[in-house]
Amino acid sequence: MRVIRVSLFLYLCLGVGIAAAQAAPDLSALKALQGRVVYLDFWASWCAPCRQSFPWMNTLQSRYGAQGLTVVAVNLDHERTDADLFLKRLAPAFEIRFDPQGDWARLFKVQGMPTSVIIDRSGNARFTHVGFNSQDAAGYEAQIQKLLAER
Amino acid sequence: MSIRIMMACLVAMALLSGCSSLGVEPWQRDLLSRRDMLPGGSRLDDAIDDHLYFSKEASSGGRSFGGGGCGCN
Repeated sequence: MRVIRVSLFLYLCLGVGIAAAQAAPDLSALKALQGRVVYLDFWASWCAPCRQSFPWMNTLQSRYGAQGLTVVAVNLDHERTDADLFLKRLAPAFEIRFDPQGDWARLFKVQGMPTSVIIDRSGNARFTHVGFNSQDAAGYEAQIQKLLAER
Repeated sequence: MSIRIMMACLVAMALLSGCSSLGVEPWQRDLLSRRDMLPGGSRLDDAIDDHLYFSKEASSGGRSFGGGGCGCN
């Protein structure tokens, strides 16, 4: 009996420890976009493929925005000035969010830079891509078209 | 269970699970690549380390296989 009580208590302690290590990020900005297809992109200024993806994401936003696509690019730089310089050079025409603590990145289990998550109109993450190169872009676009067509 | 054991368990398990969130995440690579994170970030430190190494290991040849043995180079 005593053994069970001790082990239960240990599990409880473990749970408390894990809960303390992970705080839930505020996703209200994403929830507000429900009903739209969201291309959620995680990027940083030091990441070269991210730089390549920005003009493409500009094209996406202008081509599919009216059909219900929103591009949201989450910056993961630790220094805000680095991000600002990058943004000044690449002039994105879509929503930029800043996540220097990596809360969103942790939640979406970002495995590499850049990582993009395509979220459907009901708010489910449907496709995840790690890395970016222009050869894959057509495939991503096809997935976005597919999700836009769903009602 | 005495309070003391319970507290010890709490601390031990909190520390144990603390290790589950260790490691560098992909988006933290900018911190890793900072100049002051390089192993040879400071030239003065490097020079001192090298001098210590060279002097201490001189008896077995220092940085090379040639020479050595006397500890005087």
